[in-house]
Amino acid sequence: MKYQPVIGLEVHVQLLTDTKIFCGCSTKFGAEPNSQTCPVCLGLPGALPVLNKKVVEFAIKAGLSTNCSITPRSLFARKNYFYPDLPKGYQISQFEDPICQWGWLDILVEGQETKRIRITRIHMEEDAGKLVHGELSGPGDGSGVDLNRACTPLLEVVSEPDLRSSDEAVVYLKQLHEIVTWLGICDGNMEEGSFRCDANVSVMPIGSATLGTRAEIKNVNSFKFVKQAIEYEIRRQIDLIEDGGAVVQETRLFDPDSGTTRSMRSKEEAHDYRYFPDPDLVPLVISDDWIERSRRELPELPEQRQRRFIADLGLTLYDAEVLTSSRALADYFEAGVAAGGNAKAVSNWTMGEITRALNDSGVSIEACPVAPGQLAELLKLIDIGTISGKIAKTVFEEMWKSGKTPQSIVEEQGLVQVSDSGAIESIIDEILAANAGQVAEYRGGKEKVFGFFVGLVMKASRGKANPSVVNELLLSKLKG
Amino acid sequence: MNIFDMTIYELHSALKDKQLSSVEATTAMLERIKSVEPQVGSFITVTAAGALAAATAADRQIAAGECTLLTGIPLAIKDIFLTEGVLTTCGSRILENFVPPYSATSWKKLEGRGAVLLGKLNQDEFAMGSSNESSAYGITRNPWDTSCIPGGSSGGSAAAVAAGEAIATLGTDTGGSIRQPASHCGCVGLKPTYGRVSRYGVIAYASSLDQVGPLTRDVADCAAMLGVIAGHDPMDSTSVDTPVPDYAASLTKGVKGLKIGLPKEYFIAGLDPDVQRAMDAAIETYRRLGAEFVDISLPHTDYAVATYYLIATAEASSNLARYDGVRFGHRADADCLLDMYNKSRSEGFGVEVKRRIMLGTYALSSGYYDAYYVKAQKVRTLIMNDFMATFANVDIMLTPVAPTPAFKIGEKVNDPLQMYLSDIFTIPVNLAGTCAMSLPAGFSNSGLPIGLQLIGKPFDEETVLRAGYAFEQATEWHLRKATI
Repeated sequence: MKYQPVIGLEVHVQLLTDTKIFCGCSTKFGAEPNSQTCPVCLGLPGALPVLNKKVVEFAIKAGLSTNCSITPRSLFARKNYFYPDLPKGYQISQFEDPICQWGWLDILVEGQETKRIRITRIHMEEDAGKLVHGELSGPGDGSGVDLNRACTPLLEVVSEPDLRSSDEAVVYLKQLHEIVTWLGICDGNMEEGSFRCDANVSVMPIGSATLGTRAEIKNVNSFKFVKQAIEYEIRRQIDLIEDGGAVVQETRLFDPDSGTTRSMRSKEEAHDYRYFPDPDLVPLVISDDWIERSRRELPELPEQRQRRFIADLGLTLYDAEVLTSSRALADYFEAGVAAGGNAKAVSNWTMGEITRALNDSGVSIEACPVAPGQLAELLKLIDIGTISGKIAKTVFEEMWKSGKTPQSIVEEQGLVQVSDSGAIESIIDEILAANAGQVAEYRGGKEKVFGFFVGLVMKASRGKANPSVVNELLLSKLKG
Repeated sequence: MNIFDMTIYELHSALKDKQLSSVEATTAMLERIKSVEPQVGSFITVTAAGALAAATAADRQIAAGECTLLTGIPLAIKDIFLTEGVLTTCGSRILENFVPPYSATSWKKLEGRGAVLLGKLNQDEFAMGSSNESSAYGITRNPWDTSCIPGGSSGGSAAAVAAGEAIATLGTDTGGSIRQPASHCGCVGLKPTYGRVSRYGVIAYASSLDQVGPLTRDVADCAAMLGVIAGHDPMDSTSVDTPVPDYAASLTKGVKGLKIGLPKEYFIAGLDPDVQRAMDAAIETYRRLGAEFVDISLPHTDYAVATYYLIATAEASSNLARYDGVRFGHRADADCLLDMYNKSRSEGFGVEVKRRIMLGTYALSSGYYDAYYVKAQKVRTLIMNDFMATFANVDIMLTPVAPTPAFKIGEKVNDPLQMYLSDIFTIPVNLAGTCAMSLPAGFSNSGLPIGLQLIGKPFDEETVLRAGYAFEQATEWHLRKATI
């Protein structure tokens, strides 16, 4: 019997607001423990939450970009449980009537076919603090509570169980990651936990109409781990069933070191969160005007931009996809085109030299030392024949290092391409005279030697000789 | 006249005319507290040094001619209000060591006007009670008869006003906790409309019902206090941004032509005859003053107490989760986290608080939520609708505050249901979210005060105060003093 895996994802997206969701404290990462706190995020008696409007704006953007309906009147709810990192003894979240509902993303499966993954809901909530174990100053080896992260805004994006393989899960997750970073509402940093995911996994016999019992896997914080965790879990559940056992509903923890999952708590041990509407917060009313305003403010999303790059700028699907892998990269490319660069050339250089140099130096595209306008200038110098493509690479390296304009580098270093046939002819004559043996070989039919002569000419001209002039003259001399 | 018997207005004019300094007034109050506290027990904390320092500062302001109505007036507030640097226990052992880093908005507003804080007043633990017997810091006694309870949960706030231990006080009212003790202690107590006064810095019992209000010697003082504490607070999302009227200015407009509703569900067979007599007399007084009476019905009144004890306890079970021994308050010695939680909370909370946490936890539990919590919310809407429909035809309503005068200490302590029923006439107002005031309307045969409740439309405290003022001008109940 063959099995069909069924997967749904719950993704936590930490929002890039300056302040927390229910108070004015900073959300900056890495500060001194408990230095970014106030009575509200400490959960002191008498403190009350006040909703950060920016969080709502970000949630609406996320909802509109994932084809959700925005709930005109949404509610905050309390999720009650005890844990030392949860200062109020409840988390303010949304339960009934979350801000976004009934959305979807179309993902490309196996590179070709489009598949629609439904999004059940997106809701807003506050993060908990974190526990620090055994690194405390003072006596003993107790645990400490750092509440800097408490009350940091999160979106939870919940999909329907529409995913059928670990690959589909990763494609969906990457697409979602691309959208939230593209919107600028999340930094997408998975290592720091800004984008993290829980996976609900079950298996059922192929053709079955009834879903199997699911396990929820927590703490999966990279695309690679999501794939690993889901695959391990599918295998584990199938093995269990084939051995005559049954999957139990439980929460499991993924261990990145072993690539396995282990039981954290069973259904019986599951919390009864006793959700109820938070009486400290009034219902959130979102007008049609607000939604329309947000819709107008949405940036062009990666898919739309890809389509435009292909239709208007003549790029291939592959190039368009690579260039829209981040909003900053796509912006860079477009700025280069806008500055007068040839689209195909700007595309090649952005994906080639620029990306390579960025990777080598560990610099982000936002901090690229060569501005898109400068790249366009460089490409123009090639177009009008001032320098060759080869020389352009030398010029580019210098631009990267010194920040000078391509024109000034070309002038200072005397890199202007030599197209004067007289000058090139004399170089060729010298070289042919000095390499009579190879000339004879060529004339004897060994045409491969041609490249050898081109190399020597270019070297003698320090790369400045116009390659097409060199080719032309060399050919006529040798054939001559 | 004794300083400690003065109203805000009386003391203010004495201060302004330099007949008296705030330091003298404050000293007199502190002495009064010292002499009557052994019999009354209104205070959990007396802040003598701070009070004298504030009084000294107030005297400087008065000398400089920068004086508000409250400058130098010695007040005290329920221990449910956070006060920066001053122990705040909420009547509970679990907060036996809690010194807050910030102050409640309502107290900050009073402080900002120059008021002097005498101390923090006793109350039922976490405002859960109707007799002030559930405090972890001892009971409070009724200044009119120290064998009786003062009412609760703002029992200390009412007793302090009645015993001359503060010129005026602040309390909170979730199901009658200002009005019922005001009634039992013969003072004026107002529960404003939900959203009228900020709840920021007030320890939450039931967030959708809690409201802050004044307890005073007369209606004019009540209007003055409300004028200061009312208004939108950006720190409280449920506080409403509507203008605060000049309550004092409209007090004297009279009640001629005012339509007063008499809900039949509040004049029941079991009503204490003394209370009934006081209500009859009050109706007669208003008639004489030119008000018109309309017989009305609030048909869902019977369900109010049950509804309240689901909603209030549900919210409380969540609100009180933060007292877990982790960051503040009482922490028990224990070997593991779970034990620490269990022991800290077992030791820190009293019986009534535990009972309500259990009730509320049950009402919210999966499988029972719809039958209890959701059902209670639906009934709450019906109760609210009762009031709103009736207010289309009347300006205010008149009812008793409590079915009986103050009962004996210990009388209902072991019978929670009887205790809960003492709030039967006040609870519906909290569920409806509107405003109501208790004011002195007579005495029982045994000399205990009896209060009259005036219920107003949402955000129409003005009419309630005006009607109360007219009654007060026509009667002398408020002038009688407890002989402690």
